[in-house]
Amino acid sequence: MYEHDVIVVGAGGAGLRAAIAADEEGADVAIVSKLHPVRSHTGAAEGGINAALREADSWEDHAYDTMKGSDYLADAPAAETLCKDSPKETIKLEHWGMAFSRDDDGRVSQRPFGGLSFPRTTYAGAETGHQLLHTMYEQLVKRGIKVYDEWHVTRLAVSDEEQPEDRTCHGIVAYDVQTGQVEGFRARNGVILATGGLGQVYDHTTNAVANTGDGVAMAYRAGAPMEDMEFIQFHPTTLPSTGVLITEGVRGEGGILYNEDGERFMFEYGYANNLGELASRDVVSRAELTEVNEGRGIEDEYVHLDMRHLGEERIIDRLENIIHLSEDFEGVNPLEAPMPVKPGQHYAMGGIETDENGETCIAGLYAAGECACASVHGGNRLGGNALPELIVFGKRAGHHAAGKDMKEAEITTGKVGDYETAEIESPVELGESGIGEDVVADGGAAADSGTATTGSDLVQRAVEDERQTIDHLLEKDDGIQHAEIRERVQKSMTQNVNVFREEDGLKQALRDIREARELYQDVFVGDKSRTFNTDLLQTLETRNILDIAEAITLGALARNEFRGAHWRKEYQERRDEKWLKHTLLSWNDGRPELWYKPVILEGENKTYEPKIRSY
Amino acid sequence: MSTQVPEQVEDESASETVSTGKQKRDAKKRERAERVQEQREVEAAEKARTADDTYHLKVFRYDPEVPEKQEPRFDDFYVPYKQGMTILDALMWARDHYDSSLTFRHSCRQAICGSDALFVNGSQRLGCKTQLSDLSEPVRVEPLPHADVVKDLVVDMEHFYDQMEAVEPYFQTNSLPDGELEEQRQTRENREKVKMSTRCIWCSACMSSCNIAAGDNEYLGPAAINKAYRFAMDEREGEDMKQRRLEILEQEHGVWRCQTQFSCTEVCPKDIPLTEHIQELKREAIKNNLKFW
Repeated sequence: MYEHDVIVVGAGGAGLRAAIAADEEGADVAIVSKLHPVRSHTGAAEGGINAALREADSWEDHAYDTMKGSDYLADAPAAETLCKDSPKETIKLEHWGMAFSRDDDGRVSQRPFGGLSFPRTTYAGAETGHQLLHTMYEQLVKRGIKVYDEWHVTRLAVSDEEQPEDRTCHGIVAYDVQTGQVEGFRARNGVILATGGLGQVYDHTTNAVANTGDGVAMAYRAGAPMEDMEFIQFHPTTLPSTGVLITEGVRGEGGILYNEDGERFMFEYGYANNLGELASRDVVSRAELTEVNEGRGIEDEYVHLDMRHLGEERIIDRLENIIHLSEDFEGVNPLEAPMPVKPGQHYAMGGIETDENGETCIAGLYAAGECACASVHGGNRLGGNALPELIVFGKRAGHHAAGKDMKEAEITTGKVGDYETAEIESPVELGESGIGEDVVADGGAAADSGTATTGSDLVQRAVEDERQTIDHLLEKDDGIQHAEIRERVQKSMTQNVNVFREEDGLKQALRDIREARELYQDVFVGDKSRTFNTDLLQTLETRNILDIAEAITLGALARNEFRGAHWRKEYQERRDEKWLKHTLLSWNDGRPELWYKPVILEGENKTYEPKIRSY
Repeated sequence: MSTQVPEQVEDESASETVSTGKQKRDAKKRERAERVQEQREVEAAEKARTADDTYHLKVFRYDPEVPEKQEPRFDDFYVPYKQGMTILDALMWARDHYDSSLTFRHSCRQAICGSDALFVNGSQRLGCKTQLSDLSEPVRVEPLPHADVVKDLVVDMEHFYDQMEAVEPYFQTNSLPDGELEEQRQTRENREKVKMSTRCIWCSACMSSCNIAAGDNEYLGPAAINKAYRFAMDEREGEDMKQRRLEILEQEHGVWRCQTQFSCTEVCPKDIPLTEHIQELKREAIKNNLKFW
């Protein structure tokens, strides 16, 4: 068994920042990640980092934009923390050598982005995430922080008290992809989940193949609730054939959207009369799909994004890699022709419920970055607000886990204080209820601590459970394979739980997920080798996809209103009297339980009164 | 079709009397799974056979643990072609429809994670940004040369990572601004100068293509030297640091080993002018030595 003070799971922006922060505080910290750090999907982020760096800007304005963009479902203490900390964390990256784009006076460049009242998106060409990820990994190397790369974390070792709020996380169990070994990692102080996105729940996504929501699912099964899972951001400009993202920076610099008739539909059809193409992402995504649904799409599938009028010089200076992406993945040279674009799954606003220090309701368990929900983004994330979230909350979680004295969080986690429980309306059974005893890959239910008395015993117990699961999957030699199950779920989610959602479709998705769960009981791994077995790895990930797909759909069905990225056909209004609250889903040992807690709109100096979100 | 035709699933329980609910459920489940599996195989085979356009891939296979794969071999896969299909798409299709044990690294699918550098028809390329339509058939897909094969198309990257980390690959300066909100200034020209060098995605295609690296295990290699270039040329680090960096690069297994064959530059999927960067560092080193002479 390996042992460290702090274990960070995942090595993208949030994980690296958390590890560096824990190291700064003198903790013995290690990262366990299924990918080598530089392979992380933070590297694909293009646009930039929102930070109020200039005299004419302020963190208060940034917070106002963020709260408005969230459609008043972000918690003000989290949003304000993001906006207050972002400037110094962004400059910290500059001090670490990050290659930001520069103005003529040598200062870092900033540009306009959707939903922002000031051009505060600090960028490095259209490859900000790549520069950020590599800069941070450099710091990791400098500090000699230990990385266990190509180790896939399969479950958390959490004690089994009845209430999740009473449980403690003692470590993790991980599978060494290279050798097939299953080992325990004891965390003396805490475990920080930084596993990123969950886009593989859908079949058209900007996310990497590795983004299967592992951290969210394993925390959920260990007792930490998932929050606001129904809020999925669909990015309005992805390439139709692959889902590769074309940055909002194209529109920030002046790119224009046209329908088949050559109309600038954002204005012509009144989707956003003031901001046009720079309206919030959900507004633009719905506008594009409406154009397609009403017969004004190109090939009934997409619209055009044109940036030719910006001129070659400006495009090469600020958006050069867009030329390569469009050529390599769509075969279109954007200097000569408009790029085809359509909405694709891009970002999960929801995730593991945390407070503004990254703590979950389970002692010693933290989450930061896309897998966490503090909540900064509420119903919709603004472009340029994901990267600052990684560095701000990654750092806070790292500091807190390392034992730094920090101000107590204002946000509460778990079932405390003012919460309400709710009935789940579902046409089928959910979670594990109704499934036989032969559930094979329960990757992270709270370990039955039995006679385990110490943290190490508990980790060891979890390791043994995992070894059994993996042996079973490898020994079983018939049944169904994960690719089939995964594909069914992805198709159903894209068809039924997409930009436009209606009751019948959501119920159909729940039925499809149920069927996939039953099939999963009979899953087997074709590759019997212990060496670099990606078949096994993907089979384990598929279990996570099932739990997450179910949570997204349940939340979408329960929330009968239209807020942020969540649109319901039957309910075309935001209903503040009923829905200024977060959706929470607890695993409850296999019988999912739905509950709500109120959103916090009271900030440090003001209350963010819900207004109509028009752009 | 594949050489890896999946075996038909035997239905062992068909003749037994099913009595309990659990057994019934299990039997039903198995039946459904079989149906799905059979249907899938038929569909896949049918698709491959009837498609106007299939691509023939010859893929390197090796697994030290599996007796029939201990001796390296090539498997044939016929993959139905779709407009825009890449090598990575074809490998994923073959894996998901023919042989789930076909192993390769991949993640982002958009040429930024650097996981899927492969040896395709005799040159180093990223699987995700290589269009099938640009290649002649049969398409030979092999792991990167000059690296140990772990399994199938996966190679051991440790040596590459070690070299990358041997050049102090992190920003160092003695003159940071005092204020935590105060940035260092950098001219647009200087940022432009280092821009290409910062695009490296650590795919190791360059290292694999380099004859010198193949013969000298200690040679830093093009990617690591480029990483050092990125810092040596960054005006924010200052002159002292530049001296230090040139010393590291001038070591026996540093820049002077490069024989300017340009193979690294040719294969770089991010178009980084690696050889030029190495040449420029050699010139800097000479200038530097003359200064102290």
